[in-house]
Amino acid sequence: MTASPHISEAQVWNWLEDVPDPEIPVISVVDLGVVRAVSVSGDAVEVTITPTYSGCPAMAVIAMDIETALAKHGVPSVQLKTQIAPAWTTDWLSDKGRARLESYGIAPPQAAGGPARCPQCKSTAVERVSQFGSTPCKAQWRCTDCLEPFDYFKCI
Amino acid sequence: MNHLFEFLLRQGDNALVLGHRTSEWCGVAPALEEDIALANTALDLIGQTQLWLGYAAEVEGQGRSANDLAYLRDVYDFRNVLMLEVPNADFGRTLMRQFLFDAFQVPWLTALCGSSDTHVADIATKSVKEATYHLDRSADTVIALGDGTEESNARMQAALDHLWPYAGELFGEDETDQAMQKKGIAPLPASMRNDWDRTVHGTLSEAALRAPDSAFAHSGGRSGFRHTEHLGHMLATMQTLQRSYPGAAW
Repeated sequence: MTASPHISEAQVWNWLEDVPDPEIPVISVVDLGVVRAVSVSGDAVEVTITPTYSGCPAMAVIAMDIETALAKHGVPSVQLKTQIAPAWTTDWLSDKGRARLESYGIAPPQAAGGPARCPQCKSTAVERVSQFGSTPCKAQWRCTDCLEPFDYFKCI
Repeated sequence: MNHLFEFLLRQGDNALVLGHRTSEWCGVAPALEEDIALANTALDLIGQTQLWLGYAAEVEGQGRSANDLAYLRDVYDFRNVLMLEVPNADFGRTLMRQFLFDAFQVPWLTALCGSSDTHVADIATKSVKEATYHLDRSADTVIALGDGTEESNARMQAALDHLWPYAGELFGEDETDQAMQKKGIAPLPASMRNDWDRTVHGTLSEAALRAPDSAFAHSGGRSGFRHTEHLGHMLATMQTLQRSYPGAAW
């Protein structure tokens, strides 16, 4: 744990790439699009985050994980700022994040409002079970070919 | 009177009281999917509450927090409409209430996205995304149950008959509403009436339900002048921890 004399913003973004989303650990908080800005002033780092859904209980954990990760890299002072505007949208999920979601078994969000295909067997024969799922950001769908239920990351 | 503070309490208390009532279904809903849907809806509403009451506390400038406003105010300091505080009763009535509220909330929050107060506009922009899928679900459920079996139709009609006299309070108008309109912070709630009528009557006719032929509306919640006896009981449960152990935190 040695404080780097010159922390760069790019360096902080890199470190944050390794902070997993607490609910969907295959993607990072950067892939999820909740990290909106990083600014460095001397030894002090300010990270701006935005909630996915207004009541998302993971936000407190995300904030703590970011502080912990940066502390591990020797950042002596981390300031976390929460902003709600512009409102988070699934458009901010990175392509890498979308691909990882699908290989993890969660269909990535689509503008059409439903999954493009079953993340297991890739069939397009899918139907909605419920608009709500295991976390605020997900809906429950199922594949009528392989019959597997799966999570769909809701598009907002 | 600080009209902006009053206005923000109305927004926050509507979300808080409905959010708490909805959370009462957690673990006891009729099906797992519904249980999850109700819990998630409650979570969205509590999240919106934090935004509204957080801003209300800031505007008030008395050093209170969103938590203080939620947990340490008493019945007559609440500014939610009465419809949201009456007990859930059965699943049908819970979803009918959600629908009557969502049908108001979607055009209302959409209008607030253009508020002259940027903080109000930001909260509305965030919240309307959630209100939109709440309305999708509550309207679908009203149709499925209304146009379902004889039993489910009868229960939904009873739910509608019970809730109808409460719905009119959503469109109330007093000097706070007029002050908000004057400053361009919010339109008059009554200007949502056409949108609401269209959504409600369209859905009810698909649901094989009849809106009661009465314009009578209970009032008193949004001014705090007269709440139902149910709110105190709800607050007793909701606030017990902070009342017993002030300042307790997770």
